[in-house]
Amino acid sequence: MISTKAMQTLRMLGAASAVALAMASGAVADGHGGKVKIGLITTLTGGGAALGVDIRDGFLLGIKQAGNEGIEVVVEDDQRKPDIAVQLADKMIQSEKVDIMTGIVWSNLALAVAPAATAQGKFYISPNAGPAQLAGKGCHENYFNVAWQNDGPHEAAGAHAKELGFKNPFILAPNYPAGKDALTGFKRTYAGDLAGELYTKLGQTDYAAEIAQIRASDADGIFFFLPGGMGISFLKQYADSGIDLPVVGPAFSFDQTILGAVGEAALGIHNTAQWSPDLDNAASKAFVESFKAEYGRIPSIYAQQAFDTANLIVSAAAKADVKDTDAFREALRAADFVSTRGDFKFGSNQHPIQDFYVREVIKDGDVFTNKIIGVALEDRQDVYAAECKL
Amino acid sequence: MTTLLLIEQILNGLQFGVMLFLMAAGLTLIFGVMGLINLAHGSLYMVGAFAAAAMAAWTGNFFLALVASLVAAAIVGALIELTVIRRLYERDHLDQVLATFALILIFSEATRWIFGSFPLFLNIPDVLKGTVTLPGGIEYSVYRLTIIVIGLAVAVGLFLLISKTRVGMRIRAGENDREMIAALGVDISVLYTMVFALGAALAGLSGALVGAIQSVEVGMGEPVLILAFVVIVIGGIGSIKGALAGAILVGLTDTLGRTLLPVVFGAFMDPSSATTVGSALASMLIYILMAGVLLFKPTGLFGSA
Amino acid sequence: MLRERYINILILAGLVLIPAYAYFAEEPFTITLATRAVIFALAGVGLNLALGQGGLVSFGHAAYFGMGGYAMGILASHAQNYEPIMEVPFLIEGTNSMPVIWLVAIVMSALLALVIGALSLRTSGVYFIMVTLAFGQMFYYFTISWPAYGGEDGLSIYVRNQFPGLNTLDPIQFFGICFVILLAVLFLVDRINKSPFGLALNGAHQQEERALTVGINVYRVRLVAFVISGAITGLAGALFADLNRFVSPTMFSWQISGEIMIFIILGGVARLFGPVAGAALYIVLEHFLGGLSEYWFIYLGAILLFVVLFAKGGIIGGLSKKETGRAG
Repeated sequence: MISTKAMQTLRMLGAASAVALAMASGAVADGHGGKVKIGLITTLTGGGAALGVDIRDGFLLGIKQAGNEGIEVVVEDDQRKPDIAVQLADKMIQSEKVDIMTGIVWSNLALAVAPAATAQGKFYISPNAGPAQLAGKGCHENYFNVAWQNDGPHEAAGAHAKELGFKNPFILAPNYPAGKDALTGFKRTYAGDLAGELYTKLGQTDYAAEIAQIRASDADGIFFFLPGGMGISFLKQYADSGIDLPVVGPAFSFDQTILGAVGEAALGIHNTAQWSPDLDNAASKAFVESFKAEYGRIPSIYAQQAFDTANLIVSAAAKADVKDTDAFREALRAADFVSTRGDFKFGSNQHPIQDFYVREVIKDGDVFTNKIIGVALEDRQDVYAAECKL
Repeated sequence: MTTLLLIEQILNGLQFGVMLFLMAAGLTLIFGVMGLINLAHGSLYMVGAFAAAAMAAWTGNFFLALVASLVAAAIVGALIELTVIRRLYERDHLDQVLATFALILIFSEATRWIFGSFPLFLNIPDVLKGTVTLPGGIEYSVYRLTIIVIGLAVAVGLFLLISKTRVGMRIRAGENDREMIAALGVDISVLYTMVFALGAALAGLSGALVGAIQSVEVGMGEPVLILAFVVIVIGGIGSIKGALAGAILVGLTDTLGRTLLPVVFGAFMDPSSATTVGSALASMLIYILMAGVLLFKPTGLFGSA
Repeated sequence: MLRERYINILILAGLVLIPAYAYFAEEPFTITLATRAVIFALAGVGLNLALGQGGLVSFGHAAYFGMGGYAMGILASHAQNYEPIMEVPFLIEGTNSMPVIWLVAIVMSALLALVIGALSLRTSGVYFIMVTLAFGQMFYYFTISWPAYGGEDGLSIYVRNQFPGLNTLDPIQFFGICFVILLAVLFLVDRINKSPFGLALNGAHQQEERALTVGINVYRVRLVAFVISGAITGLAGALFADLNRFVSPTMFSWQISGEIMIFIILGGVARLFGPVAGAALYIVLEHFLGGLSEYWFIYLGAILLFVVLFAKGGIIGGLSKKETGRAG
């Protein structure tokens, strides 16, 4: 742990003496000399804290490894409440005078904070949430997303369902905007018949009724998007129901943060994501090793996304001064960093164009984790990019 | 929808109701005897689930885990009764609400501090895994049937405890006249601690039982707490019978609403908006039910004024 | 009595002087925090009328807070997109004028309080607490699953609404607006408390039997108080939405109902300035405890517990050394 304090001011000064500092800044003087202050708002208390903790840890690891003493990070906890997130954004911009904001886990919070940040001339670089509104008509030149547009993992699941030969799957998601986007995304690439389509209550924990409906239908497969505790509950209850249909889903219900709580019930399930801890490239392997060494656990996709976000910022800071907004934006757009997911580039709306992998849940010794078994979509760009006027 | 599926959904509703009853029983018992409204009941549910998960991880035995949930929740319950709750009996409901709300804040964050932010693992024991085929060809989870049986056993047990035993007699006496029972030489404060610990243990047990098929995480107690309040308000606060009736009514309404409403709306709407409108209405249904009951019976179905 | 008045003046002075200092020190975020305190205080003053004066423990005031927020969100989002709210049978357009939004927020939350109050006031005691909580939850789930205005995503309003002659985006000017409203409402509530109606309400709280025998229609008095209380909290909701330029279903969540109650208990129940002191203290605690530890809710819970158990009169009660509160 770097620190247990909610508000941490991480000054990357190390033990360097003034002389060493002067030499270091001299070394990069040809590129720029400015400092970068980053405000990281994420969820560190309450039910969704596991995701925020991974984002914070992944991000701070990336910054620490870069060793750039000109970069300072301020961390705050949004308690998963949009109004708190907006207040913190105001605080970071007005009092802390940050240049870049990042860190938010949830789409509804990002929708509250990102427009506020970009409207005040700051960069917002999303390490997770990618709501359609900010990818399409509401895109902004100072808004970048390093994770995915929200539909991406669901589209990949749809493509994989089609490839598996699903003819009549049953699909379900919670009744809120992200849930509707999930089913829309799945249907976009799957494009076949459905045995049924269900919206469950947000935060629902008992799925007996839904499982009975699945059993009674003539479905030949299941797609579900139930993030966090909802997914844990559904998977445990499904595993106990005796139904033996193949399940496909986005990575959110099969990720490192919750696999330990689901256990055997998740074994063998195919899920889709832009990354997996076993991805075969040097940057990813080094990241997984260093994350394990630092925090003693396998990183989740959230940690990986945040780590990439940190490295993107570091790469831009090496090229341009953040106060020169146009130059810094160009440096971000170039995405000139070694991503843990291999190839990485931004589309016209500043969201990634990337591969989505199919992963399978496996047991490695005592630990449940994922292993890549194929590629669901290659060089996928979100459909909203066309509506973005950048 | 076939008759068979409808019957299965009714069974699911019953089962959900019994799960709610386990939670509501302790809540209504504590209110009935001490007149205390305890928002921290959800925290005791969480304590039970976490204790069970920790014990299961340590020993690998689910039944020891259930024992751990009972013991841990009872001990924690007794501790907060001795330190905080007993100062609240003579206070008004506002103070009780706020003090126990404060306890929720403390319990949630303390649990996260001890166990971390990640959900814990707790699974069904092997003997209770899988399904059985009921008459009529319904395949039903053995574990869920077990929950129904345990829930009904708890209902019967509580009923017998209160109506047939000496402790129960004192509890009933305490409900009616605190001064009188104290004057008769019964140590009322010991009795109260015991009742509170019993209610807490029930909450802990239901947390562990439900935790095995749901998610053991910080904050798991609050949604179910609110449902349990709806249950006891519908049933009549303080009445075990009312809690059972209310729980089953809420379980059935919620389960059947969730499955039937989208079908009903589908009859005259396109499928996609029917699911949206149907599920939106279904999520409000139990609150509408509660408002309806109180409109005709302001003290709930089995409550006394 | 006199001492409490001095304390009240001190609280008000603090609420003016801190943002004024922040303005000159160029600390705009402190002004934002003070604005937040003032708006929470307003919501608390609203609830205090029902809870403190009338003894009606509503655990569902988030419903009115959210309703006010959504009145602002819906009107402003339509104005932002230039789409009328409805055209048949008559045209209703969105607006970004604060006074109009406030009026709509007050009327809508008063109507909601009328319906909820008329039903809930048939019950009493714990039933009342739980019924109001259930109504709040009903609206919470409704707004999450109702797609027209963003569902759980909520609604972002990019520019703060306008007030004639002022630049509302300037933190200190927006603070001024909120502060003046708080003063006006405090004055109004003070008058209500001292009026025959207020005495009847308090009488019905302290001695219901006696109020009935002297011919007070207790149900109606309580309903009127509940409606005024909801309307004030609704107005606070509209201001809160404007402060954040954002509304979402979290404004309806039961935690918000709990927080509004906390303001009252921290400050002192049934004291005119109780919620003001309580909200200010809450913001201070949130700000400083949040900086101390990731687990700051433990400390907040402990402080709250201490106040409920041992410091019955809240801050004002503690400072004026007077246990029982009476508004005025």
